[in-house]
Amino acid sequence: MTASTAVSGQTEPVEPPPSHLKPLAKRDFGYAEARHLLWRAGFGGSPAQIQTLASWGMDRAVDHLLDYADVPFESPAPDTFDKNIMRPATDKERQEYRAAQRAQNENVLAQTRLRRQQAQRRDRQQIGEMQRWWLKRMIETPRPFEEKMTLFWHGRLATGYRTIENSYHMYLQNQTYRANAAGNYGELLTSVIRDPAMLKYLDNDESSKRQPNENLARELMELFSLGVGAYSERDIKEGARALTGYTFEDDDFFFRQENHDTGNKNILGTRAPHDGESFVRAILSQRACSHYVCSNLYRFFARHVPTDPTQQDKATDRIVGLMATKLRKSDFELRPVLRQLFKSEHFYHESVQRELIKSPVELVVGAVRSMNAPVRDLAVLNDALDLMGQRLFFPPSVKGWDGGRSWVNTSTMFVRQNILAFLLTGKKPVGYDATAGADAFDPMPLLEALETGDRGASSDPARVVDYLLRLTLGNSPAHARKVLTEFIDSHGGVRPDVVTGALLLVTAMPEYQLC
Amino acid sequence: MTLHNDPSQANAYTRREFLHSGLTMASAAVAVPHFLQRSALALPTALPGLSSIAGVDEDRVLVVCQLGGGNDGLNTVIPFRQDAYYRARPGIGLRGEEQLLELSKIGANGSEGIAFHRAMGGLKSLYDDGLCTVVQGVGYPNPNRSHFKSMDIWHTADTSGSGDGWLGRYVDAECCGFGKGESGSDDGTIDETIYPPIAIGRTAPLALNGRSVKPVAFETPDLFRWMGEDVHDDLVGPYEKLAQQGVRPGTDPHSNAAFLMRTTLDAQVSSDQIRQAVSRQPLVRYPNSGLARQLQMVGSMIRSGLKTRVYYVTHGGFDTHSGQGGANGRHAQLLQQFSDAVKAFYDDMKAQGNDGRVMTMCFSEFGRRVNQNASGGTDHGTAAPMFLLGPMVQAGVVGAHPSLTNLDQGDLKFKIDFRSVYADVLGSWMGAKDPNGILEGRFKPTRVVKG
Repeated sequence: MTASTAVSGQTEPVEPPPSHLKPLAKRDFGYAEARHLLWRAGFGGSPAQIQTLASWGMDRAVDHLLDYADVPFESPAPDTFDKNIMRPATDKERQEYRAAQRAQNENVLAQTRLRRQQAQRRDRQQIGEMQRWWLKRMIETPRPFEEKMTLFWHGRLATGYRTIENSYHMYLQNQTYRANAAGNYGELLTSVIRDPAMLKYLDNDESSKRQPNENLARELMELFSLGVGAYSERDIKEGARALTGYTFEDDDFFFRQENHDTGNKNILGTRAPHDGESFVRAILSQRACSHYVCSNLYRFFARHVPTDPTQQDKATDRIVGLMATKLRKSDFELRPVLRQLFKSEHFYHESVQRELIKSPVELVVGAVRSMNAPVRDLAVLNDALDLMGQRLFFPPSVKGWDGGRSWVNTSTMFVRQNILAFLLTGKKPVGYDATAGADAFDPMPLLEALETGDRGASSDPARVVDYLLRLTLGNSPAHARKVLTEFIDSHGGVRPDVVTGALLLVTAMPEYQLC
Repeated sequence: MTLHNDPSQANAYTRREFLHSGLTMASAAVAVPHFLQRSALALPTALPGLSSIAGVDEDRVLVVCQLGGGNDGLNTVIPFRQDAYYRARPGIGLRGEEQLLELSKIGANGSEGIAFHRAMGGLKSLYDDGLCTVVQGVGYPNPNRSHFKSMDIWHTADTSGSGDGWLGRYVDAECCGFGKGESGSDDGTIDETIYPPIAIGRTAPLALNGRSVKPVAFETPDLFRWMGEDVHDDLVGPYEKLAQQGVRPGTDPHSNAAFLMRTTLDAQVSSDQIRQAVSRQPLVRYPNSGLARQLQMVGSMIRSGLKTRVYYVTHGGFDTHSGQGGANGRHAQLLQQFSDAVKAFYDDMKAQGNDGRVMTMCFSEFGRRVNQNASGGTDHGTAAPMFLLGPMVQAGVVGAHPSLTNLDQGDLKFKIDFRSVYADVLGSWMGAKDPNGILEGRFKPTRVVKG
């Protein structure tokens, strides 16, 4: 146990974290730190995983999580999903439709409409399948950082299924984000302007030199890379010109030469016959870019600070600056930046631990992974994500999800508690179908690590409670220890159903929503 | 059901102490869930932005009733004097006194030769009493005949169907004075005086989704609570000690932990209040349908004094592609359920003395095609009628019936943009200062609220 873990329960305003990224002293990386790392760089860890990382020490632990290419795991296959549901009309079909329009042939027109509605219905089914597929992947992956970064980009470089109504394109985008998740940011941004889902979502597919559409150019800078105020309206107009002709055919990027504006454009201070790729290069060369990207990474992985730099505290300012420098120095490779963050004293500071509100995905996936709870029914879990406000592939807008406190309100709080109750007991709220997947949850394996470290401990209510609190909450507040120890004592001691009851109580605590 | 947000008040009552008056209060400063505090102290509330209509109470409520699936407006509000109607619907058309409830002229124009489907006796009696506006030919440009897309369009008041809900934006504007594009404060703080909209259903509809204030949704109040209580009774006591103490002593009041503690307590208290409200027997008998059950719940919440201003209920099944039926059958049954439910709800409001402050607005995501199809049903269409109910509405029929001969590929051409109706509801009823800002466009209001 390190100094930070001796603190039981939050105290009055904690001191702010250090304003540097110097590495944490190796001796200070223990159970609590390993647990914190697993929650932030992934979706939590089981007792065994936490112990393993703690025993490896910080360097090896962080490297193992970040360098996941070394960890074997099947890549998603292109044919996992049906690419033909929303296939474009064939020439013949287009001709027939036009003829029917001219002839006012109601029957054919109605038939076409009906077929389209059926395809849309089928596609909606598929996007549901995709949601469950991704959820399962996040639960099962031995490369949690890969999926965590994919989820991060899914929210940052947001595209909503609702608008594009093409599930296969969402799948392709998901693949693209996974492939570039923790690689080179420049390459990722380039892939974004060639992504069919994004091109459709931001109306660039029809953008031409005669009538350039500014949507992609604007969001590319405002939301994806530079932030508000770091570019001018002129940059947007010129950027839009650079992106003309960037479209897609069927499922592939396609550069429509005749639509592309080949003239000179003045973008972010460089004048050249920019195309999309050179537009991206111009963006990367802006100081604001590395700053903006790192600000978002910091917000997601460390502290949910305000997006407006003028509202951020000194420590944040400094840290983001250091991260940005690192990002530029590493030629926009993301790993070095995050490696440095995850190895820093700053990251493990008391004010950083247990202060992020879990997103719905982190809550559900994290509960399964950290307690080895049975999945029971992916559809129920997926539904719960929707009820909690995070429907995969349906970010509410191009801004993605706000995160932080916006996840929690009087409605979602119950869903958050109840989905945990479902995982632990298989019980669904009154009114739902009879319990699906009611495999008993055996909490006793969670206590094995405790017993190994301290023989006899796993039958001592007080020690079991302390251990479970440190596993689930990250600390062991005195009031919670008291209530839970009494609960176990008064129900016959450490037995499976009693321990499950204790876990039900812990996961219903407000503090459980933090990671 | 607001989120208490005063960091200077660190400790809290337990849930029990709130519900049972007479217990000693905690001596330290307390964090009282705001909505309870206000109703307990009965503070007169002038909610920001409310304009006064003489003779109508403050705290006006809007109940949105969504008919899902695309209600066949042409067989709901029937232009029975037009031959074209019978040519288009040889099988499912309604004819004669026994099948049609002819509307008399009340107030505004448009009621010549118009009748309700006979299943809508309840709605007809509201109409006759001057408590119903029928708005004809409501739609929007470039109609979309996909359920999802069109419903999104109605919910967002945006023809691309993207963005937040129109009522979400209304509540955001009331609360924090901002709309789409601007941001509230990053740490999610909101004005305590705003009560989230309530939807009866599994999820809150997009229409209620705002950036700052998030709606509450539940199918039954039983689902709006921690279900660990169902697992075992012995969990209740420890749960109260662990999760319902509000902000624990020593917790940094600005931290996320404190925010979560406050919210958990708030949620529990709201849940108890709602369940208590809904458990009372209503003053009138409600019929037996899903919609009626939802409206009964809404009625009981209004009666209990909950300060929520927007409620949302839904009635589905209107996607009658085949075997729709005419005077009898599936569509007739749906209309009967709808009509009887909203009538009972109005009667409930009247019995409570709340009728003057509760307006009900009913819509569907599109109408259906003029010609019946080969399966005795109708396919997705476009324009359709809306209904507004209550003593404050512009009684009668607003707008002429769309032409049955001058069609858009076999569909009715809309005459009134639904956002014009929203605009009047927002401006004249809900008291929004800037309906155009909320709707993100200029829409000349269609007068549906009495001047």
